[in-house]
Amino acid sequence: MALPTRTTPRAPAGRPTSRRPAARHFRLGGIDPATLGVVVLWVSVLVALPIAALLALSLSGGPQGFLAAVTRPSALTTLGLTVALAAAVSLVNAVMGTVIAWVLVRDDFRGKQVLDALIDIPFALPTIVASIVLLSLYGPDSPIGVHLAGLRAGVMLALAFVTLPFVVRAVQPVLRELDTEAEQAAASLGAHGWTIFRRIVWPVLMPAVASGTGLSFARAIGEFGSVVLIGGNLPGRTQVASQYIQQLIEAGDQAGAAAVSVVLLAISFLVLTTLRVTSSRMQQREEAA
Amino acid sequence: MITVTDATKDWGDFRALDGVSLDVPSGSLTALLGPSGSGKSTLLRAIAGLETLDSGRIEIGGVDVTDVPPQRRGIGFVFQHYAAFRHMTVRDNVGFGLSIRKVAKPTIHSRVDELLELVGLGGLQDRYPAQLSGGQRQRMALARALAIQPEVMLLDEPFGALDAKVRAELRDWLRHLHDEVHVTTILVTHDQEEALDVADHIAVLNHGRLEQVGNPTDLYDHPANSFVMGFLGSVSRLGHTLVRPQHIELRKLAPGEEPVVTDWSAAKITERAVVERVTHLGFETRVELVTLPSGDRFTAALTRKNANELDLAVGDSVLATADRDTEHATFDDWSI
Amino acid sequence: MRQSRTLRLSLRALATVYLGLLVAVPVTMILVRALAPGLRTWWQWVTTPAAISALNLTLLIIAIVVPLNVVFGVITALALARGRFPGRAVLQTLVDLPFAVSPVVVGVAMIALWGTNGWFGWLPQHGIRVVYALPAMVLATSFVTMPFVVREVEPVLRELGTDQEQAAATLGASRFQVFSRITLPAIRWGLTYGVVLTISRALGEYGAVLLVSSNLPGVSQTLTLLVHGRFVDDHNVYGAYAASTVLMGLALVTLLVTTLLDHWKKQR
Repeated sequence: MALPTRTTPRAPAGRPTSRRPAARHFRLGGIDPATLGVVVLWVSVLVALPIAALLALSLSGGPQGFLAAVTRPSALTTLGLTVALAAAVSLVNAVMGTVIAWVLVRDDFRGKQVLDALIDIPFALPTIVASIVLLSLYGPDSPIGVHLAGLRAGVMLALAFVTLPFVVRAVQPVLRELDTEAEQAAASLGAHGWTIFRRIVWPVLMPAVASGTGLSFARAIGEFGSVVLIGGNLPGRTQVASQYIQQLIEAGDQAGAAAVSVVLLAISFLVLTTLRVTSSRMQQREEAA
Repeated sequence: MITVTDATKDWGDFRALDGVSLDVPSGSLTALLGPSGSGKSTLLRAIAGLETLDSGRIEIGGVDVTDVPPQRRGIGFVFQHYAAFRHMTVRDNVGFGLSIRKVAKPTIHSRVDELLELVGLGGLQDRYPAQLSGGQRQRMALARALAIQPEVMLLDEPFGALDAKVRAELRDWLRHLHDEVHVTTILVTHDQEEALDVADHIAVLNHGRLEQVGNPTDLYDHPANSFVMGFLGSVSRLGHTLVRPQHIELRKLAPGEEPVVTDWSAAKITERAVVERVTHLGFETRVELVTLPSGDRFTAALTRKNANELDLAVGDSVLATADRDTEHATFDDWSI
Repeated sequence: MRQSRTLRLSLRALATVYLGLLVAVPVTMILVRALAPGLRTWWQWVTTPAAISALNLTLLIIAIVVPLNVVFGVITALALARGRFPGRAVLQTLVDLPFAVSPVVVGVAMIALWGTNGWFGWLPQHGIRVVYALPAMVLATSFVTMPFVVREVEPVLRELGTDQEQAAATLGASRFQVFSRITLPAIRWGLTYGVVLTISRALGEYGAVLLVSSNLPGVSQTLTLLVHGRFVDDHNVYGAYAASTVLMGLALVTLLVTTLLDHWKKQR
């Protein structure tokens, strides 16, 4: 048999076969240690170290100092007000965002594209400009006689402006994907408008609405630029947490500012992490189905 | 000539290659055949330099290339999913290797035209990969690999992503191309029919080990073990013996006839069986049978002529026999 | 769902009125108010020395931040898309973290690290001013814009896979050639999108920059700080309106570019 089979099963002649270290020459598709080092250095200097320093600063007076800073009446008031306002705005977004998304997907009328384009403006506009824009209509010299500057309603308005896109943009694609046949099937089985919405449409929309609402809450809780000018920074009435932090910095209380910052960071981090975990779980469930 | 010596590669706990040694003769078209996870792709990618071995050695044309990066191994590699450069035209795809080598533009131009003519894509120079069919994309990938005049062509399941008809066409075409260009070629496939059809050498791998190397006829007629026999061609189990279905002879028993078995030697396998189903497949007739009394099922393949003479019907009793000798591949298998 | 005509019309009206009062009318109103005194007045107010200086500073910060984010963002995206290493999840979290942080908190964190009492507080003693100077403004802007390039490029890299790069390597391309001729062209649109988002955010960054800038008109004011300064410190409402329209114009340009990119992506 003139076949080129070699039968040496192991231990060939020639050079000894040694275990060579992995990745002797660069592994395409992998990542070499030097690149990884650059990434770690960059992310550390830019993000990790500042956050670590923030945590350290907040604890510079010990745990008691931290607790004292975040539980003084002014801090509690402003944190409570911030959470309450953010929650209220998120609720408004949940309802209005769903309505707007519904109208943009299911309705058809002239000028719909214009409405659709308006949704993106709040994300594109600098926050300070958002503040000015709202003041030009609802400020002290309002041409329509509506004065919201220095009122909680003004802060709500600013927060509603900057968080407008979250729910709309989360719900829109889901609504577009939603099979109208399921609704028609339900109608053929005798269900009526509201029942169909509650039993067929809402269960599908709910995750998207929840996710959009959560995102707008996380954004609203730390919002600064858009409320600065319209809110008036009145402690106990319109001052939100980020303004309070800035005030502490200006007063030289860096540790106190850091402590309140950590609370704010913890809340939005918690909200965003919860959202990510639940959405990935739902995705898994969907894939399993 | 490509020589692989004692190649071993682990992916964590999984041993992808387990001391594989293989010679691939110059100018041959060799198929690495095996089920998925057998290590055939890992071996091919190691030859290309796209994977590093944990231990072992690879030589191409007598040069040890074990530690040479893929850029300098003088290989052409064709991927299962084409790996077409999506942002480049067909011309730029095929000319890529030449432009890396700083070949003059007019030379690249004419060389690319020539190659595209060779692979039957003449006139499609300015298309983008997205505008080509799967088969055309794979031809382009072949032309791209051929452009750098590699010593060795390595094809990783090149037709795996194509539909059956295109696959058969491209197989023929590859065979002819190889006859023209005559570059040493290794083809990875899990399809035994493809390997038998295209390759002049076949290396069968299983669980990271090389089971057998040989030409297609040898492997079919003289498999080294039951795995190779089962992987190349169909197999029936007669009692505890694996045989080729076409090596089973059937004799129809008259109603009430008790067969007289004359040859009880180890060279003959005999079973009594009942016909369960008869299928005519053009030139061949397939008979599905149930042995008595064990109830095992097996299949015999008869020629049309033979089947017509026997005139079998469902329910007929038959005596099935097969020879056990050097002409007929058989393996005992007591696993059931 | 078969909606009754009344329901449909009322939902339509509700959405239109809400968006009108919240977005459309205010945006129109500021344009009206900024341009009412005439284009000439507007031009004068957006070309004062302080305004020019603010525009220059904003552009300077963008000019530094964009290349930084492009280079390190692409490398980070490569590591996240391709690398298997311990701590990958931590890296992913850190990259997404800037989205969860209030701009003011970013400012405080910068002060905590780079300020005179901070971990790197010894730098100013060696003549390197970070906080209340350009470096901190750049770092703060980089912080808030960091996720954009990574987030746009990473999925493209995942989708791209490594086949094409390996094919290029077998054809003789060096590591650099593989990157410049295969990887970079493949990610160019994702990268462009990320850069546009980065520019848009950098233009408008306010809270983080406010805390780490010395905020001197004509020296260390960005455009957003200029708007704030004119409105709050100078009680120059018209000047603030005029400066706002410049920022708004720039923002609308970036919005238009992203819309076009989206449109283009869908067509492909």
